[in-house]
Amino acid sequence: MDADIVCVGFGPATGGFLTTLTRALMKPDGTPAFESKVMPGMPLQIMCYERADDIGFGVSGVVTKGRAIRESFPGVDLTKEIPNAVATGHETVAYLFDPIGASRRTAGTKFMDGVFKHGRFAMGKGPHASELPWIPPFLRKEPGFVMSVGAFMSWVGNQLMGSGLVQIWPGTPVSGPVMEGDRVVGVRLADQGVDKKGNPEASFMPGMDIHARLTVVGDGPVGAVGRKLDRHFGLPQGNHQHDWAVGMKAVVELPASCELKPGTVLHTLGYPEPEIFGFMYVYPDRTASLGIFVPSWFDTPIRTSYRYLQHWMMHPYIWRHIEGGTLRSWGAKSLQESGVRGEPYLVGDGFARIGEGSGTTNVLTNSGVDEAWRSGVLLAEGVIELLARDAEFTKGTLKAAYVNRRRADALDEELQVAKKGRDGFQRGFFTGMMGTGMTGMTGGALNLSVESCPPSARIPTLADVCAGRIAPDKLAEAVEACAKAKQPLHDALMTLAGWPEIPLDGSLLMSHQDVLFKGGKVQAAGGFADHVTFAKPELCAVCKERTCIEICSAQALMPGEEGGTPEFDREKCIHCGACIWSCSKALPGDPERANVEFSAGSGGLHSNEN
Amino acid sequence: MTNGFQIVVCGSLVPDPLQTLEPVTTPQGPGLKNETMLPSVLDPWSAHALFEAAHLAKQVAGSKVWLVSLGPKAKLQQLMMTVAQKVPFELVALDGSASGFTDAHGVAAALADAIGAIPGLDKSRLLVFGGCASASRDASVTMQLVGERLGICDQFVGVDEIHVQADGAFSVLERIEGGEYLASTCAGAPAVLAWATGNLPEPPNNPQIGMGNMRGVMPALQKAKPAAVGVGGIAYAKTEIPAQKRQTRIVKDASTDEIAREIVEWIRQ
Repeated sequence: MDADIVCVGFGPATGGFLTTLTRALMKPDGTPAFESKVMPGMPLQIMCYERADDIGFGVSGVVTKGRAIRESFPGVDLTKEIPNAVATGHETVAYLFDPIGASRRTAGTKFMDGVFKHGRFAMGKGPHASELPWIPPFLRKEPGFVMSVGAFMSWVGNQLMGSGLVQIWPGTPVSGPVMEGDRVVGVRLADQGVDKKGNPEASFMPGMDIHARLTVVGDGPVGAVGRKLDRHFGLPQGNHQHDWAVGMKAVVELPASCELKPGTVLHTLGYPEPEIFGFMYVYPDRTASLGIFVPSWFDTPIRTSYRYLQHWMMHPYIWRHIEGGTLRSWGAKSLQESGVRGEPYLVGDGFARIGEGSGTTNVLTNSGVDEAWRSGVLLAEGVIELLARDAEFTKGTLKAAYVNRRRADALDEELQVAKKGRDGFQRGFFTGMMGTGMTGMTGGALNLSVESCPPSARIPTLADVCAGRIAPDKLAEAVEACAKAKQPLHDALMTLAGWPEIPLDGSLLMSHQDVLFKGGKVQAAGGFADHVTFAKPELCAVCKERTCIEICSAQALMPGEEGGTPEFDREKCIHCGACIWSCSKALPGDPERANVEFSAGSGGLHSNEN
Repeated sequence: MTNGFQIVVCGSLVPDPLQTLEPVTTPQGPGLKNETMLPSVLDPWSAHALFEAAHLAKQVAGSKVWLVSLGPKAKLQQLMMTVAQKVPFELVALDGSASGFTDAHGVAAALADAIGAIPGLDKSRLLVFGGCASASRDASVTMQLVGERLGICDQFVGVDEIHVQADGAFSVLERIEGGEYLASTCAGAPAVLAWATGNLPEPPNNPQIGMGNMRGVMPALQKAKPAAVGVGGIAYAKTEIPAQKRQTRIVKDASTDEIAREIVEWIRQ
């Protein structure tokens, strides 16, 4: 099938691209400004394929300054248009002490504990927490707004489809780019009517090729098209994608007793582990989006986002606001935390990259949605310029029209300031905080820069992590018992390390399996192949850490037969992609690539409330 | 038959049943919390009817499928992005409420008027399809009312299967009590078939079908006529949420035998 422009992924970047582009497609007299080359006489034929089952399905409550987004909608009060959006109100950053005594605290963290404990006379106080008296300007999000990205994308999608100038097709995973040499000539959709291994069945329908003059890749950090392009072209010299995090979030209906006002923003650090940051954004109608980020520099194979989320929620500083509430919705998403360091080749013949997968996340200000949107706007402006000149979409023309535009924009300027802002975390929490502070306060002039390594190279062994906390015989017993029961290790090991059991109440605190039913049951349409596979099963056979299982946000990866690869349940997967960067086994000869293969798949989260 | 059927499917959106649905009282009457935000799907009963219609149209040369859809225009537009890739159809859109609390009579009147206004409709070839429980709070009346208004006497409710013969006559299996079917034979169109689940799987997404459908979908949405459904004339004396019968307990460390014993005991009660 032929189109003029095909977009992959309908996230904020593609939203910005299509919003800007569609406004230029028709003349005031109602005739097309640019004629389609594949359907002469018609307006440009623009397709957008989205993997999720509906637009806006996914996860992310955000607080954003929303500068680029607001610029795209002049005169529109977005807080009135987008359900659950509200202007940013009071912002607080709180350092949480460990009220249990189970978290891993190094000498540096203990030093920070001491600073925040003894400095409480000058800080706001909360139960087992100190509130920073002042938030550095680079972290502030005022003026801005709190919103659900799902609700925002639904709204944007409706505006776009209402224009009749673009077709957005959800439930349509794209398996990869169609390439002729180094030129991208379109995309190939995923095969349908196949078994788990991809073998054709009775209803087999091979993935269709959609040929296009321009392919816009906005499928995020774990998207199949972007990752295949990275594999084909590599990354520019000096760039890497070593830093990741999974954001696990929930939407909670707050109890009547909660006094937090809509727009309130809380950020936390220090607990449940020093490396894990938390947030809470209060929506209108007594609802809040809250969650944690578990990063790739959290050096342990016991990386369970879900149980840590529950311990964070139960910290007295947070619990006082949410106790008695109800969990409405839940989800998780991988974040490319290398920021502009992870920038791939932005353009080539026939393609351009936008959004998070193109390195737009600002790792200093912890902001990504507005930056992704801006990159889409910039590409659209370049594409309009090329269309007006009737130019082809080549590497050269796209570089001049898009890359140069992006380099001259405040977006890139801010990304360059932030470039080394997270480097210190490669050496631990304390160093990371020092580095972020240094970069932020000097506008990027001074940085604490350290060498980084691929995430697979920094996952320690179980024995090393548990040393001094769990006796070797107890560890061995737990490992054997979990293997026998085919269960992940984290629950047993965290309990042995002193973490209390979660008092499940079925309402706010529920089992990991029960949460898959909240806010739109996680599910997947039949007829697609497994999208998580393992390149070399023999590496799984010698893997003791199995971090892919421990990190799995939805327990879609579980222990398989002894010595075998993990078992994957496609219908539970929420496509967060955390397994990709949590694999501890690099492929022989390619230290940048781990053993988990993650391709295009359907289904996942069914909520646009997050 | 020589000219094929003209199959008009009545079907609209419902909130995605995978969502957490919470009934509330709104100034307009009973509704769902955050209803405008809730993702929608094609009413599963109507979806079966649509897939069966497309299947039948493929079998009988010269047939054509329309989808007459009553719902808020913006939501219909979004719904079409998931439905339009499945099977080919021409959309007739009506802009109005798709609430589950809207009365069947009003919905049927709007649908029948829209069907009657389809240009070039030949009643002697007309099959009206819909979901047997759709837009009626499971009372199976809406499609019958549509049929009455269109003057179609041959009506079948709870249909799972249709077989068309060469002369245009067809046999139908309707669900009845006790897991049994009522088998009927009809001389031919016009007829109303209110479908149960049918036997067909959901078709895969086909981008070519989607692109073909969308050429007609956007214009149809743009000229969607307002349908005054659920506007005045109805007062809700009382609405009630069915009592939740699910009993959930969190039990740890119970043996399989204990769990089985408890389930048996519960069933006996």
